[in-house]
Amino acid sequence: MRKTYIVGTGQTPVGEHWDASLLTLAIRALNSARGAVARPVEALYVANALGGEVAGQSALGAALASAAGLEGIEALRVEAGGASGGAALRQAHLAVASGAYDIVAVVGVEKVTDLLEGPVEAALALALDADYEAAHGLTLTAGWALLQQRYMHVYGYADSAFAPFPVNAHRNAATNKGAQYRFAISPEQVLRSAKIAPPIALLDSATPGDGAAAVIVATEEVARELGGARVRIAGSSLAAGSPALGTRSDLLWLDAADRSARRAFEQARVEPKAVDVLELSDQHGIVASLSLEASGFAERGTAPRLAADGLIARDGALPLATMGGCKARGDAVGALGVYQAVELSAQLQGAAGPNQVADAQIAFAQCLGGLGATAATHVLIRED
Amino acid sequence: MQLAKHWRLKGPRYRLAAVRHPETGAICFPPPADSAEWDEVALSGQGVVESFAAVGKAADGFVDGSIMALIRLAEGPVITAQLTDLEYADVTIGLQVEMVTRKLRDLGPDGLIVYGYKFRPLLSQV
Repeated sequence: MRKTYIVGTGQTPVGEHWDASLLTLAIRALNSARGAVARPVEALYVANALGGEVAGQSALGAALASAAGLEGIEALRVEAGGASGGAALRQAHLAVASGAYDIVAVVGVEKVTDLLEGPVEAALALALDADYEAAHGLTLTAGWALLQQRYMHVYGYADSAFAPFPVNAHRNAATNKGAQYRFAISPEQVLRSAKIAPPIALLDSATPGDGAAAVIVATEEVARELGGARVRIAGSSLAAGSPALGTRSDLLWLDAADRSARRAFEQARVEPKAVDVLELSDQHGIVASLSLEASGFAERGTAPRLAADGLIARDGALPLATMGGCKARGDAVGALGVYQAVELSAQLQGAAGPNQVADAQIAFAQCLGGLGATAATHVLIRED
Repeated sequence: MQLAKHWRLKGPRYRLAAVRHPETGAICFPPPADSAEWDEVALSGQGVVESFAAVGKAADGFVDGSIMALIRLAEGPVITAQLTDLEYADVTIGLQVEMVTRKLRDLGPDGLIVYGYKFRPLLSQV
């Protein structure tokens, strides 16, 4: 297997892009990522979770390749719910590592604001078990709320314990020009906010938004041609678990996250404690908590305490959501894994501006589909 | 209309029909995707709430504010279902519940009314 590198990145802000279609957003991100790379793109993987249901467009590989003037290349959509972005990045990594291609583009794109909340909730719920969860009225948010309630019961936390996650995310987003919510919030505001899916609070809940992010994955030769610090994809893994909560042997353990993180760490030959900066699925504090625990960053039942102690702050031992995360950068659903790759590449290259984590060498990205049924994990390492 | 889709689920939805593995005796609900070789087994319909949450904004076709729960059935399996006949403030982890058949959703003037299981507080305990 050949080494692979992220050699170009681009993104649009996440938010309400009334004037831009799904393809418009995708092309903006793709062109921005291709900017510095002179050689032609040989394949295109489009990460998207809701295209068919919300944007009314499937076969996004052909749609985007054609719109971007890339007709003739291999192009297809990769769908794994909220893990689509990480899944597509992994396909690009495999395509370059295998020798099939030298330069591959990954575009994560989501367009959600063309529909009202009800149809969007229904589309998001497609990542749950269709017959035994979604058909009974479960939504993605309510599913995480079930896990938060259980977590609070088992480990003895109040619902206020999850506030440090959105507070941290908003603090970081305030200085990210591409963020959806560029303002700080206090723990008290989180607690006073309405419960949108009790026990989950409004201000501990990401808002699905429109957005696109893109990366170019290429060989070492191409990365060296471009010069400067290189971002190597040192670990890449995807694991699938059970979509249905009831069929899991342990409700509070994200088995797919555990397995994919372990494999990605093994490939990269690093341990969780070596990670300098990380991005997770953090739509709610409970999601970040379960991910931190399953991925080896925290003991079971301790993640909210670590967050309260400041470990996830930009100057802490585990800087999380340094550009705002899903909560405040915005949650472009199937594009999440690509946004993570863009932001962590900037961190590793020292290009994160006011949000820079000092001397970041090793980064960790993980995105989840459904209620953790799919987990895609990447470890990125800076090379000089 | 999705008639066949809902018809296929009539056993689990209306009778909480589970399956038992003919060799290991393991009871499975929901039934595995292909359970042709398994034996059908009736569940008691009684269980205990392991977790619960309210649905703030419901998916299209459902009602805002419904209460979802994870319920450990007396026979072992854990299922996801709505709670009914009680308020959110009255729910606790450990609450004993029993299955009832209720309307899950109405698919509109040209569609089906979908019925299925929900759970209410165990009447003998109330």
